[in-house]
Amino acid sequence: MEKWYLMTAAVLLGLIVRWTVSLNSYSGAGKPPMFGDYEAQRHWQEITFNLPIKQWYFNSSDNNLQYWGLDYPPLTAYHSFLCAYVAKFINPDWIALHTSRGYESQAHKLFMRATVLIADLLIYIPAVVLYCCCLKEISTKKKIASVLCILLYPGLILIDYGHFQYNSVSLGFALWGVLGVSYDWDLLGSLAFCLAINYKQMELYHSLPFFCFLLGKCFKKGLKGKGLVLLIKLACTVVASFVLCWLPFFTEREQTLQVLRRLFPVDRGLFEDKVANIWCSFSVFLKIRDILPHHIQIMISFCFTFLSLLPACIKLTLHPSPKGFRFTLVSCALSFFLFSFQVHEKSILLVSLPVCLVLSEIPFMSTWFLLVSTFSMLPLLLKDELLMPSVVTVMAFFIACATSFSIFEKTSEEELQLKCFSTSVRKYFTCFTFLPRIIQHLFLTSVITMILLTIMTVTLDPPQKLPDLFSVLVCFVSCLHFLFFLVYFNIIIMWDSKNGRSQKKIN
Amino acid sequence: MAALGIAIGGSNWFSALALGVTLLKCLLIPTYHSTDFEVHRNWLAITHSLPISQWYYEATSEWTLDYPPFFAWFEYALSHVAKYFDQEMLNVRNLNYSSSRTLLFQRFSVIFTDALFVYAVHECCKCIDGKKAGKELTEKPKFILSVLLLWNFGLLIVDHIHFQYNGFLSGLMLLSIARFFQKRHMEGAFLFAVLLHFKHIYLYVAPAYGVYLLRSYCFTANKPDGSIRWNSFSFVRLISLGLIVFLVSALSLGPFLALNQLPQVFSRLFPFKRGLCHAYWAPNFWALYSALDKVLSVIGPRGFLRCLILCALSSFMFGWHVHEKAILLAVLPMSLLSVGKAVDASIFLILTTTGHYSLFPLLFTAPELPIKIVLMLLFTTYSISSLKTLFRKEKPLFNWMETFYLLGLGPLEVFCEFVFPFTSWNLKYPFIPLLLTSVYCAVGITYAWLKLYVSVLTDPPVGKTKKQ
Repeated sequence: MEKWYLMTAAVLLGLIVRWTVSLNSYSGAGKPPMFGDYEAQRHWQEITFNLPIKQWYFNSSDNNLQYWGLDYPPLTAYHSFLCAYVAKFINPDWIALHTSRGYESQAHKLFMRATVLIADLLIYIPAVVLYCCCLKEISTKKKIASVLCILLYPGLILIDYGHFQYNSVSLGFALWGVLGVSYDWDLLGSLAFCLAINYKQMELYHSLPFFCFLLGKCFKKGLKGKGLVLLIKLACTVVASFVLCWLPFFTEREQTLQVLRRLFPVDRGLFEDKVANIWCSFSVFLKIRDILPHHIQIMISFCFTFLSLLPACIKLTLHPSPKGFRFTLVSCALSFFLFSFQVHEKSILLVSLPVCLVLSEIPFMSTWFLLVSTFSMLPLLLKDELLMPSVVTVMAFFIACATSFSIFEKTSEEELQLKCFSTSVRKYFTCFTFLPRIIQHLFLTSVITMILLTIMTVTLDPPQKLPDLFSVLVCFVSCLHFLFFLVYFNIIIMWDSKNGRSQKKIN
Repeated sequence: MAALGIAIGGSNWFSALALGVTLLKCLLIPTYHSTDFEVHRNWLAITHSLPISQWYYEATSEWTLDYPPFFAWFEYALSHVAKYFDQEMLNVRNLNYSSSRTLLFQRFSVIFTDALFVYAVHECCKCIDGKKAGKELTEKPKFILSVLLLWNFGLLIVDHIHFQYNGFLSGLMLLSIARFFQKRHMEGAFLFAVLLHFKHIYLYVAPAYGVYLLRSYCFTANKPDGSIRWNSFSFVRLISLGLIVFLVSALSLGPFLALNQLPQVFSRLFPFKRGLCHAYWAPNFWALYSALDKVLSVIGPRGFLRCLILCALSSFMFGWHVHEKAILLAVLPMSLLSVGKAVDASIFLILTTTGHYSLFPLLFTAPELPIKIVLMLLFTTYSISSLKTLFRKEKPLFNWMETFYLLGLGPLEVFCEFVFPFTSWNLKYPFIPLLLTSVYCAVGITYAWLKLYVSVLTDPPVGKTKKQ
């Protein structure tokens, strides 16, 4: 492509930001006895390297499940095994059974950070570049800008390279899945997505849109002919990939059940810690966790989740299109995040990825959402002492989006994709012309609130009676934002192809 | 909202570039820093806690004050902000004190003073004419020059990782050059005089300034064929220039003259006063002498710029006790020439790429390895590709020999950084990577120097009244 050097520059910039963030602290640094996610990942390398597969998910004298037991699907375990293999060559002390607990050193940190970077380089970054290069109807400059902005998204960088996780692997696989499925490479796409699910079970948040989209495609091709063939092929691909990943654990029923028990801990409550979803915010007013019995909680959560994502999914099945697919990914993931069971604040990344994908279509709202999503993780980032990199990366992301997409000039109804909706509403209320202005004012209020809350959390001490005041405020404010975005994205989906084909895309 | 949009939006790319690189500098705060960090902390302590009469005598730490007085006053000003960050750093006895607040303050002071550099780049961009430009923003010479200067690899790693204050000093130099382009010679002279009293290493390029001011400012007119019109000499201008230099020097050295400390100050500034001074000035001046003749007939700020770069490069080549960081003295002004002509672009790229690579040994720690490689790749691919695109209508920038040489830097880095440390020679001859790097880069820098020399000598002497 022309201007390949600008694309290279964008990718290299993304890499530099990632590595410089990784020079900072990680989760649980210097905090015995439990440490944090960094120690969890190191521990999994220790377990997978030293113990036979059959013992990975079971409690034993060598494998204390209370101390960061494995609770991700087998692919994570295999990845840890691979990393441990490399670690053995460099310094076996890092993964020695029992004695390496809480091991911390500069060299080890370098190694761990390098594993994240390599995984990112191999899986996530190529997917992003390919995705943006394949975008239709936009100029080369905008494609490069998209790559830059997506790679600069602070949430993923801060969690993966700061806190320490491997979200780029699962999100990268999911993105390959989206790519495959959007460009009619259905089998490869589903294979990639199955790998994503088998890396982190939270990717199930994205599974319904994939299912509906592919089902819709089969229906369109006609269930009597090509559609049926496609459906069977897809089913086989999915089953085969699951069998391949879980092969060592399918030998005994008890093995499979134990892994499932570790992946879906239904014994734990509706939510843990502070997370920006409905249940946590609602519990500010009413402590439902304590009032309602356990199974009722699960039922309510299930009902709300599915009720909120049903309309979009049904629409996707009936009218499958890549654009509808992307937006349904957003709204489904957001519904799951807001209403589901045992959600962690990092799960917002599962919503952020699809929003990054629609960045070039609705730059203003996407940028706004991505800023809020990073803000919602503020308590976690402050705990990890990542204030400086957070502020810097958020500002860098904001400047990149603002200059590349001129977001503040794109707030008309047409550009917010709300034209159909507004026209429909104007049939009943002729004076409904103020939507863009409201949204602009809301944006300004939102940014000011977020900045104020950040300053307050950093500088002030919470009152003694309410020690979690600021965390709860952050979660509550973020939750309100997310509800607003849920409504917004659902509006776009539902009002989309009323005159879908006749609408020209303006970019 | 629209006003905010326009302010932040696409029309203000310069601010976006400047803000972007500032944010990158903030991200570099936790990186490795060299002993220069302690040097400057020590100077903060000396200037804050001791009276002026002690500044050039204090020797508790091995890093004694060896910059001219203006820099000492600069540290003094900084120290008054430093006391709000961490009072302990201002204690002369606190050797190697580097609390997190000290680090934060020092790093921020470099980032903050770079504002002068940003302003200087802005002024330099005004002096570039964009006639060659396409409609595309990224192909405009102004844009390319801004990126080459603001995001300069050498400055980033020397100032914001290794730790120095070259940013604002280079800003002063670039600003004085820009003033010459804008025909504001007195300001340019004043800025350079001030610069000299901040860091005396800029004496290397003083001949260029002297010759140019004499030739193009004191002689107010030229004959039609470009040579000197001897009767147009203006004594007024000469005197005013002399007055500027005198006043600035008085302000700087005056207090020390009054305290009878001038010899001590000079012994700190020029630590090998006798023999070596002559030794390193001689080849420099000799190198310049042969070009003086030609130089005198090259008029205009462009000629001055070439002369300055030649001075800087010659001193780098033949000087004594030259630090590899001094290559920045030549690289930054050369950027201004590179967006003008294809020949200059070619020389610039060879000089910059090898010069920047020669800075690699400064960062020898493992966590900084990816940073220096990726940042170098970023700057090199951008500079080569953007200049190639700018001059695509002319003949290719590099011949096969030059391309091979530049590509050879890749394998060299792989060998020195990744292969050699694991071989058995690493214990017996640990200096080999450094030796290889120095020799390989010396070839490139010498080649660039020769090419620049030749292009100055073979340029048509007739003074086309170029605006640039």
